[in-house]
Amino acid sequence: MANEPILRIVGLTKSFGGEKAADNISFELVPGQALGIIGPNGSGKSTLINLITGFVKPTAGQIFFKGKNITGIAPHKAVDLGITRSFQMSRPFYNLPVFKNLIIPLSSPRARRSRGGKYGDRDETAIHLLEEVGFERDSQVPYKDAGALPHGYLKRLELARCLSLEPEMLILDELFSGMSMSEIASVIPLLEKIKEDGCTLVMVEHRLTELFRIIDKVIVLNFGQKIAEGKPSDVMKQEAVMKAYLGSEVVESA
Amino acid sequence: MSHLVYRKERVDRGIKVRSDDIFILASLRDLSYATLPKTLAIVILLLFPLLKDLVGTYWESVLVTTIVISLLALSWDLLASAGLVSLGQALFFGVGSYLTGWLSRTFALTPIMSIPLATLVGALLTTLILYPVLRLRGIYFGLITFALPLLLSRVIEVTKILGGTEGLNKIPPLPNLTTELYILIVVLLVCIYAYRRLITSDYGLVLQAVRDNDRAVMAAGFDIQRLKAQAVFLAALPATFAGAFLTHHFQVVGMQSFALDYSILPLTSVIVGGAGTFFGSVLGAFIMIPLSEFLREFASLRVVIYSLLLLIFAIGLPEGIFHFIRRRYQQFERMTALEGESDKRGK
Amino acid sequence: MAANFLIYGLVNSVVLMLSALGFSLTFGLSGVANFAHGGLYLTSGFIAWMLIHYLGLPAFVSMLLTIVITGIIGALIYRIIIMPVRGIALSEVISTMALGVAMIEFFRYIGFVTYDFTLPPLVAGSVDIVGVSIDYQRLVIVGVGVLLAIILWFFTHHTKAGLALRGMSQDEYTALSLGIESDWAAMLSMGMGAALAAVAAMAILPLGIISINMGYDVLLLALSVTVLGGLESTAGLIVGSLLVGYAMVFTSTYIGPQWGTVVYLAAIVLVLAIKPSGLFGKSKELEERV
Repeated sequence: MANEPILRIVGLTKSFGGEKAADNISFELVPGQALGIIGPNGSGKSTLINLITGFVKPTAGQIFFKGKNITGIAPHKAVDLGITRSFQMSRPFYNLPVFKNLIIPLSSPRARRSRGGKYGDRDETAIHLLEEVGFERDSQVPYKDAGALPHGYLKRLELARCLSLEPEMLILDELFSGMSMSEIASVIPLLEKIKEDGCTLVMVEHRLTELFRIIDKVIVLNFGQKIAEGKPSDVMKQEAVMKAYLGSEVVESA
Repeated sequence: MSHLVYRKERVDRGIKVRSDDIFILASLRDLSYATLPKTLAIVILLLFPLLKDLVGTYWESVLVTTIVISLLALSWDLLASAGLVSLGQALFFGVGSYLTGWLSRTFALTPIMSIPLATLVGALLTTLILYPVLRLRGIYFGLITFALPLLLSRVIEVTKILGGTEGLNKIPPLPNLTTELYILIVVLLVCIYAYRRLITSDYGLVLQAVRDNDRAVMAAGFDIQRLKAQAVFLAALPATFAGAFLTHHFQVVGMQSFALDYSILPLTSVIVGGAGTFFGSVLGAFIMIPLSEFLREFASLRVVIYSLLLLIFAIGLPEGIFHFIRRRYQQFERMTALEGESDKRGK
Repeated sequence: MAANFLIYGLVNSVVLMLSALGFSLTFGLSGVANFAHGGLYLTSGFIAWMLIHYLGLPAFVSMLLTIVITGIIGALIYRIIIMPVRGIALSEVISTMALGVAMIEFFRYIGFVTYDFTLPPLVAGSVDIVGVSIDYQRLVIVGVGVLLAIILWFFTHHTKAGLALRGMSQDEYTALSLGIESDWAAMLSMGMGAALAAVAAMAILPLGIISINMGYDVLLLALSVTVLGGLESTAGLIVGSLLVGYAMVFTSTYIGPQWGTVVYLAAIVLVLAIKPSGLFGKSKELEERV
């Protein structure tokens, strides 16, 4: 029972015009596991995320979440089931105070169901969530406009936004991009804690060294196809992967 | 000393009057400063119908039109808050008008029954009509609201239903002008209050978020199609009411109810007054409609004049009059000395 | 009867295509939905009329001059009215709509509403084609329409300037980095759109009197045809015109003359509700739009 996959993807294909952004991808994910999705630019990583979260409808193939067929589901229904995603380009509501940005997910059907709470209570929950992702409670930062936040904090806000929905599976689209080494270092314990709490993680990343500290399993995409799957240390030794990555990050991080 | 240069500086007044979130009111003076404009406006509005002998019935009926357009403008403003920009408020107006006309003619309903019924059913009906296009972004929603009222009036003309080109007459009247005005004023005030409450609530926050970044709202687990439908329904209410009310006021309803006027006048009001605050759109209507009465002698040039005003405001002062006045009210200017020319350049 | 239907349906379709051409070109090249299109169409009709009746210029010269003048007006509209709100699609629509209404209602105010306002046809008389009597002006319309469609297609697909403009509409930043100045390109496309509105007016208006409400009708017709065909698609424009054109003639012949106007308005509403990308819109854009 414990081994029943939380996510099972079978032959997933998406073509835009004639171009296949996802080509017959299949894999499984066990609850509590952390999966990394890597690959060169344009290899279809973001498309895969969009497909799982319902932002793009697949051309063929199926997606199962906790045994339920969720192929082509509407994005809000995916959230309702417990799939939450972050965006690569996090675009918060710049003219709202930081904590008010969290009021939006906190008043969604899923959050209302699990957290309850009325108008007003949510402010406290929001501040608490911000604290969890590393905003100092006593500082004025949560009350400032989100537009004034530095990049690292925007990423934390994005993370807080996802956590506010209490996901069972959290999909992070290039969370580390644009973050400094020290910022990443301070986020990693947070991700580890999310994992410990039983949340399944899916991370699309370019920063492999840092990614490999968190994930249990990696799949490598190239031109929309899955070219490798397995333990990070094993996968990176495979020839196909080396080839796909030749001259890019793998050389630096290996 | 001869180097002293002065420049104008704009300073916020001491208190937070922005009432969005938190009030810190130190004294009676501050309190009156914050609430005086609103109180004054409400008092004048409530007194106006009593001054019948002074202002004359002509201007009282101008106030009827003004409030009707205000309601349409408020409706526009709420739609726009959810990112739905309407180019055809006449759709809501016309549907409300014809519904009340049809109800009172077919079932011999009194206005007390037919107006609320037409308001509710009309709002439901328009929401259903617009439902399939709510997924469209940008100008597409505008396009369809632009085309729909024209289409409906042509359909009525061609099929000769609902009285065809003649329209429906002998609609039961409302008691008297003073009562009418008080009903309208109360509805207007309730509507402004309700909309302001709505838009500052968490729900209102989500609606505005749909406008700014709908993907983020989807990712937060909201069915944005449903949210938009709710926004259309809530926004349709004052507009269908306006149509229903004016039908009983004039005791007729015709194809005129779907005319471009009822789309352009509210739109001009909002753009002139300033969108996003609800006060602005009402202020705009209270400027534009009386103004257009003064321009009545210019006949069809009136339309030219308000089209040009709409144009000038849309380009020149897109924030609208209300924001401009409010900023002036909350800030004052003073001269400050700068030390020498070099400092001025440095600034 | 069938020949009649086929020929008049074709003429009507070309009339629609001509009316929509300017609107569609401007939208396709610069993304500006020019709601003053109908106003420009009407204005060009009256400019030509004034050139003929006040200055006494020959009809053909007046018409050519009108096309140039209207083109310049279009470019000026971009410079003065659209540039300050460029990029905010809704402000563009609102300000051009306001301008269009102002233009149309201005002519109503100064009293250009009588039956005196007509333009002479380029060629008078009529001819019989397979038993259907058709006047030369309608043939001129078909000729001008077909010719313009070919020229424009060639211009946007095979000339350097046209390709540059198209590139502009697809990716402004890339185009900027290639040294194409976006404001100039957009101004040019507005000017061309306006000039095309004038061409349409010069060809179509001689069929009847210049009536004020035509200003509104032309805008709605243009919207109907372009929405049906899919905004920014040349093939769509042609097919959209044929569909709406024949549908209008069909309904007015077999159901009732007033039904023609219902058809094109209903087309806007139905297409946007059912298949918003239009018949020839790109599916990817649809996905993004939903």
